[in-house]
Amino acid sequence: MEVELRNITKRFGEVVANDGINLTIRGGEVLGLLGENGAGKSTLMNVLSGLYSADDGEILIDGKLVDFQGPGDSIAAGIGMVHQHFMLIPVFTVAENVILGVEPTGKVDYLDLKKARTQVREINEKYGLEVDPDELIENLPVGIQQRVEIIKVLFRSANVIIFDEPTAVLTPQEVIEFFEIVKTLRDAGKAIVFITHKLHEILDISDRIRVLRRGKIVGEGDPITITKTELAEMMVGRPVSFDVVKEPFAPGKVLLDIEDLTVLRENDDVAVDGIDLKIRSGEVVGVAGVQGNGQSALIEALTGLTRVAGGTVRFMDKDITRASTRARHRMGFAHIPEDRHRMGMITKFTIAENMVLDTYYDARFSKRRVMNWPKVYENSARVAADYDVRMTSVHDTAGHLSGGNQQKMVVARELSRETKFLIAAQPTRGLDVGSIEYIHSRIINARDTGDGVLFVSSEIDEIMALSDRIVVMFEGRIVAEFDATTETPDKNTIGLAMAGAVA
Amino acid sequence: MASTLNPTEPQARKLDTAKVRQARNTGVILILLSVLVAYVFAFGTSGDATFRLSRPNDPWAVPNLVVPAMAFSYIAAAVLAFLGARQFVRGGVRWTGLSMGFGLLLAVAAFLVWATAGKSFSLTGMLQATVVRAVPIALGGLAGVLSERVAVVNIAIEGMLLAGAFTGALVGSLLGGYVGLIAAVAVGGLFGFILAALVITYRVDQIIAGVVLNLFVLGVTSYVSSQVYQEHRFLNDAPVFRPVDIPFLSDIPVIGPMLFQQNIFVYGAFIMVCIATYYLFHTRSGLRARAVGEHPQAADTLGINVYRTRYINVTVAGMVAGFGGAWFTLGSVGRFDEGMTHGLGYIGLAAMIVGRWHPFGALMAALVFGFADSMQQKLALLQTPIPSEFLAMSPYIATIILVAGLIGRARAPAADGQAYIKE
Amino acid sequence: MNEQTEKFSEKLLQRAAPGRVEFEDMVVVPLFAVIVALILGAFAMLATDVDLATIGRSYIALVVGSVGSVSAISETLTAATPLVLASLGMAVGFRAGLFNIGAEGQLLIGGMAAVVVGFNFAGMPAYFHLPLALLAGAIAGGLYAGIAGWLRAATGAHEVISTIMLNLMSYLLVDYILSLPVVQREGRADPISKSVLDSAELPRLLEWIDPNLRLHSGLFVMLAAVAFVYWLLFKTTFGFEFRASGANPEAARYAGMRSGLIIVIVMAFAGAMAGLAGANQTLGVLGRATPGFSAGIGFDAIAIALLGRSHPVGVLMAGLLFGALEAGGRQMQVDAGVSVDLIAIIQALIIVFIAAPLLVRKIFPWGFQKKARAGKE
Repeated sequence: MEVELRNITKRFGEVVANDGINLTIRGGEVLGLLGENGAGKSTLMNVLSGLYSADDGEILIDGKLVDFQGPGDSIAAGIGMVHQHFMLIPVFTVAENVILGVEPTGKVDYLDLKKARTQVREINEKYGLEVDPDELIENLPVGIQQRVEIIKVLFRSANVIIFDEPTAVLTPQEVIEFFEIVKTLRDAGKAIVFITHKLHEILDISDRIRVLRRGKIVGEGDPITITKTELAEMMVGRPVSFDVVKEPFAPGKVLLDIEDLTVLRENDDVAVDGIDLKIRSGEVVGVAGVQGNGQSALIEALTGLTRVAGGTVRFMDKDITRASTRARHRMGFAHIPEDRHRMGMITKFTIAENMVLDTYYDARFSKRRVMNWPKVYENSARVAADYDVRMTSVHDTAGHLSGGNQQKMVVARELSRETKFLIAAQPTRGLDVGSIEYIHSRIINARDTGDGVLFVSSEIDEIMALSDRIVVMFEGRIVAEFDATTETPDKNTIGLAMAGAVA
Repeated sequence: MASTLNPTEPQARKLDTAKVRQARNTGVILILLSVLVAYVFAFGTSGDATFRLSRPNDPWAVPNLVVPAMAFSYIAAAVLAFLGARQFVRGGVRWTGLSMGFGLLLAVAAFLVWATAGKSFSLTGMLQATVVRAVPIALGGLAGVLSERVAVVNIAIEGMLLAGAFTGALVGSLLGGYVGLIAAVAVGGLFGFILAALVITYRVDQIIAGVVLNLFVLGVTSYVSSQVYQEHRFLNDAPVFRPVDIPFLSDIPVIGPMLFQQNIFVYGAFIMVCIATYYLFHTRSGLRARAVGEHPQAADTLGINVYRTRYINVTVAGMVAGFGGAWFTLGSVGRFDEGMTHGLGYIGLAAMIVGRWHPFGALMAALVFGFADSMQQKLALLQTPIPSEFLAMSPYIATIILVAGLIGRARAPAADGQAYIKE
Repeated sequence: MNEQTEKFSEKLLQRAAPGRVEFEDMVVVPLFAVIVALILGAFAMLATDVDLATIGRSYIALVVGSVGSVSAISETLTAATPLVLASLGMAVGFRAGLFNIGAEGQLLIGGMAAVVVGFNFAGMPAYFHLPLALLAGAIAGGLYAGIAGWLRAATGAHEVISTIMLNLMSYLLVDYILSLPVVQREGRADPISKSVLDSAELPRLLEWIDPNLRLHSGLFVMLAAVAFVYWLLFKTTFGFEFRASGANPEAARYAGMRSGLIIVIVMAFAGAMAGLAGANQTLGVLGRATPGFSAGIGFDAIAIALLGRSHPVGVLMAGLLFGALEAGGRQMQVDAGVSVDLIAIIQALIIVFIAAPLLVRKIFPWGFQKKARAGKE
């Protein structure tokens, strides 16, 4: 089977997401599609999977022109997609998720779940996937959820399987297992498209590489001969340095002292299980771990957003276990939340309003509860310029900014005042390389000026580049700790700890 | 994941868990109820409460249930106190919900006994009225379930009930009961379709669209009532569907009059609840509908037409509400009065929440509201010291308590209330 | 900071001129909404066997009865005053993401409290008695709405359901209060309260022209409330918190705002405004309380807040429009014999179209693309 994309063009308003793209996908090989966030990879694949219709260009399958009116047509043509954000329904079982859209039925529209289970088991056996068809999705770890996505695609007898950033949520060990599955699929004759921005992965798994930048194919490479540096330059369009420049490690006294901290989820499950951690000023402590191992709950507890079930948190020798979010903020806490759209900003508000979202009560911006708007505007404009937030006016709504600029706006708000302790959660997720570099430099700058920094990320590379000390969280506990100032810790060891292998 | 950890394993520190807090709160409520029962219902009450279980011409007569009022109330108070203390002290994590349910039941029973002390009262009659009064609420709740399962919040149920009532009366007066019923269903479906169009195609906020439809229906029906019915009374004089006894089953004491001596609206409601349950949980279309309500984007990527699914379900929800609306006219009084639904549509919505978005759950919750409603009606006749206005409030208070008490544990469809915008 | 960034930030402070889209949203859509609603209202009349001449007469009566004379304008303003007051509270609720359907009940409870204070305290001077009665109305309404706010904050019970239940309860509660011997008018068996004392009445404003003109000084209370709500929403940190919680509750929580407290405050404020509207009716228009004296004002207030886009000035405009429809509608019933309930249909239709700008654009595609100027002139 061969799929050919000819001259595909897709626009969103004035933005050209795909600009005349030509691409061929063949059975029995893995095509690596490399590009930064926002380069147009996902758009291209959404066109191929029928979710978007292209403004221009055509798709040919085995030399025949096809026209996809919706995802149904694409599925029927044998194209399956595993989305970056899984398209699974948490309260449905594995079997229900797999059959959705192509359900086996009996009389009176009766849903034949028994048949569905058998079919899921068959696929399980054929590709060695091992998933219980009756388990609810919400009870499954992410790695298994991804297998459910793969089963879904196979269930629809897809010959082309597109993986959109499939490793973003996996542990290094799960990535290895995942690559094995991909190889099995390839050897079974399936055509695989592997979309990523991670250089080493694309080199590991691809048979052929295409690089996408600003909606255009800008290069190609043979994974055996091409180097990481060459690929990176193609992807970003300029030479990239992955090193972060920082001052020598000079920690001060202990700022935050966490003792035996326990946090529960809403359903009383333990999210954070008796953590002990000290963070000194002038130090970046990186928290590595697969999503959902208690990092979010830890942050919510440290910022006073959630009730602490047990243990104490002391900040500069003061017990703040029960202090409010506002009180901590006044003490000098800064927080870059993990999901900027949901937690960090208000898209409908203007940039100026967003810039004072958690400082509006400050004497600079309001007196006796009356806002001093001119001051707010002036300050916002100054800080925006200072932090390189690109925009036309502080009165524009924040939703109109690009992702990178939105995050810079959040960073600017949090760091443009007197801070002592910074919590940065996934601060570079989904950003382009330029913005990532800038935000890294700002975080390091905070550390160099004496802030304590708690840095949470699911990207090991990022953690290793920025941290002075690395702790690994697994199932709510700290299972490993590494000192990064004296020697560079081994990435595999961290990866194993993330999977809970050290305990 | 975290489920492998056992939160109850013996640990040195005592965790402040949500369940323990809840158990403690439950304990406090139960103890307060116990005090209420002891001081208000038991103290100084004398005589027996007589509950009549069968009526004079029932084939199988069942003796009356006679309860000594004071003794019963004291026992109830004691049991309540015991349950409350147990919850409070032991933090009985396992029995919290059950204790609360049983406790409330006891308190209601004690209240009934107190109100009936020294008098007699037809329990069967009240239960029969309970079912009758539950019908519009259950159908409203079912309409809510059908549309919220595809993530469309349906505040317009009230309006759809009213439209059904109005159409049923108007068409029923002209063309007879059955045609009236069909017309009521059709008009309910029409308003369902309009709601769907507003929120899906024109992306009006779902709550606003619902409220506006309610205002519109209220306006139209009131306008026609005052403009036309004043002069042409024959347009508002529809036949009423009489109860139909089901052979044999209707002779069973208590249960028979309650379930099997009713009109087609009661039977229709039960049948619809069964069909809806089968549809939602055992058919292909139901699976797809629920997928659309939980994760429309996922459904879309699998080739399911999100918009069409929503249109169909909301329209069907409207038809169910239209049928429920016809109960007000064709099923009870035969004529339409302005605003005669009195907020039962909203109570239906509450029944849906309390019933956790499940057709049977909604039906059960509707029966609770129906019980509160018929109880206040019957008690008003017994001349209790409680002012009738406060008795009449009991269904509303029950709604607030149930919604406030259960909401944390109920889970709405994940995409409920959100518009799905396809790129 | 260097000079270049200084200059750059100057430019960032400039505001863009309001664009066509805003203009269409604020002016063209409401205009079309009113026109279409009136046309559809005419169809409703046709459908109920009203002839064309009568339809023409009724719409003329609508205009004459609302703005055609001093007395018409007085009636319009009298009707608009409680509508705007209740709607202001609703608007603040919308801004904070709360859907308070309970204005009707809060209005009843507030108006009832104002009456109780109003017929007691004989001998108290007016400059003390009247504000006290108004305050009682606001506080009672605020407390009543506060129940729904507290339920939402503490248990998560949705305010739409709890306020509707509180509405239904308020009718019964008023019935009960009116039957109490201390409230019921002496010698009456029907539910009617004692009369408000002169010292607690809102003074009439136009009695020097004609003693029958009902316009009263509640108008000034209403105008002051418009200004206050504008200040509150846009110039204070309270307003900032309200708006932030409404636009993105999660982000507001992360910014350290206390969502539960804000919900209770906003609900209580909305209830206070509705209570004030009720007091305005009992102290300014009715002089006593009877069952259902709220007459649907609380529900119209929802529509007005939507129509006014939850902006105090918009609410004022929308309230005046609805007041005019009310006053004109009564005239219409007298002159043309068309039921005043028609107004409810027209009002609902206006809101449908306001809430669905996409629908209006579809009906009038020519109104939005090329004919930009036609609208502006």
